[in-house]
Amino acid sequence: MNVTVLKPAPSPAPKPAAQVLALPVVAKRPQWIAGLGRVLGESVAPPVVVLGVLLLIWQIAFSGAGSGLPAPTDVWEQSRELITSPFFVYGTQDIGLGWRVLTSLERVAYGFGLAAVVGVLVGAILGQSALMMRGFDPIFQVLRTVPPLAWLPISLAAFMDSGPSAIFVIFITAIWPIIINTAAGVRAIPQDYRNVAAVLRLNQIEFFFKIMVPSAAPYIFSGLRIGVGLSWLAIVAAEMLTGGVGIGFFIWDAWNSSRLTDIIVALVYIGLTGFVLDRLVGWIGRVVSRGTTE
Amino acid sequence: MDQSYLKIDRVFKSYSKGPKTTEVLADIRLTIDKGEFVSIIGHSGCGKSTLLNLIAGLTVVTTGAIKLEGREVNAPGPDRAVVFQNHSLLPWLSVYDNVKLAVSKVFGSKKTKAERHDWIMQNLDLVQMTHASDKRPGEISGGMRQRVGIARALAMEPKILLLDEPFGALDALTRAHLQDAVMDIHARLGNTMIMITHDVDEAVLLADRIVMMTNGPAATIGDVLPVAIPRPRDRIALASHPDYVRAREAVLRFLYERHRFVEAAE
Repeated sequence: MNVTVLKPAPSPAPKPAAQVLALPVVAKRPQWIAGLGRVLGESVAPPVVVLGVLLLIWQIAFSGAGSGLPAPTDVWEQSRELITSPFFVYGTQDIGLGWRVLTSLERVAYGFGLAAVVGVLVGAILGQSALMMRGFDPIFQVLRTVPPLAWLPISLAAFMDSGPSAIFVIFITAIWPIIINTAAGVRAIPQDYRNVAAVLRLNQIEFFFKIMVPSAAPYIFSGLRIGVGLSWLAIVAAEMLTGGVGIGFFIWDAWNSSRLTDIIVALVYIGLTGFVLDRLVGWIGRVVSRGTTE
Repeated sequence: MDQSYLKIDRVFKSYSKGPKTTEVLADIRLTIDKGEFVSIIGHSGCGKSTLLNLIAGLTVVTTGAIKLEGREVNAPGPDRAVVFQNHSLLPWLSVYDNVKLAVSKVFGSKKTKAERHDWIMQNLDLVQMTHASDKRPGEISGGMRQRVGIARALAMEPKILLLDEPFGALDALTRAHLQDAVMDIHARLGNTMIMITHDVDEAVLLADRIVMMTNGPAATIGDVLPVAIPRPRDRIALASHPDYVRAREAVLRFLYERHRFVEAAE
């Protein structure tokens, strides 16, 4: 049935075909290949099929003459180099999207790294003190709803330079969920652990590293995971305005030179990178907070 | 005359919540000798755990004083190690590291690394838990966790070991094993121990004296029963021992005739 439907569209056809082949192999091969086949069948095949169908719909909808947006085949024809070679360098402003993503990631690393350190420390202090929490929480709740770009003008005025401004915007966007989650995690430390710390007379620093961080790790990492997502949202928007060679500025530049297909390729890069960041922080969180719950 | 090891002197404890003040403990007076094993028994909610927390320093007295070797107790410290009701091991640390946390803190400057390692293993050996030293608390049974909790407390080399209903959540067989382990440790090390319990047999089996508390609010010590059964005690031989039967009856009479627990006596 797949095959008959896919006949009119030549380009997405290879993907479903490869997936169909993987299944019949299963029965004859040893155990691990059988396992691999099952994973392919259960986890890989459904998204591949859905992707194929979506590409097909997109192709049909925008392939007519005079359509406003490019179809998948147009993207492939006009922006093939961006897709196939992410790491070319033709000049300081003409580099592959892989390099651009890395440049943006570097900014995110600074901004998000700073937000993580400051956020966890501030969150820890707030979580420990009910009074501080009552004082600061309403302010944070208001500030955290401010969209990233609204910070940019103030940031530009304060730093007089686009580089630090972009980093500040990421910092200020990512920090709120980190603070709020860390504070919640610290407040949720069981009294038992506090009693143990009290009997042992752990000082503040020992308490922070030996009890607080491990105990609140699941909360801290869910804050970090939200934070890294927000950072990635903010960087693209910030770079559109501050310029440079990041992926965000690339989109703005492509828009100004009417290269719509390049923008579509960039969107895919951004989406995949954001996905990887999210999974990465989630994975680190699972490894670090392994064993914090019984 | 103030030579008693632990002296609880006219202690009152009340909690205020807004305008409402609840008196939990009233006029507690008790002295405990070095090496003595004291059980505190009473109905649930009578303030037994509050009393233990006061001795531990985890809560502070409203009036009165608790003195250990003549010095007032008003903050927690490793000289009064606590075995908590729900073991309170840190789940992200292995059994060894849980004990190590206590040992490094208490003996960090007094013992070398090798000495500390030996001390950790010695205490784990005391509760027969060396085989599981690399396991995390989530991977061992409830009885084993409580053993490790005891090892951690003992490793602090406390002046007094405080046990807060440590075996309450365990099944009867496991509980019996741990009671034997505690008796054995008490015989070998001669520690001063205070154990909260609501199990009459446990109290009689383990204690030199049983402190019986009246019902709250404003609970106080109703009676103190010395248990003069010679050690080592054997639970099977004891079951028909006249002193044991008499002591058991006295505690039961106190709990169920003189101070019957009145539900919801708000």
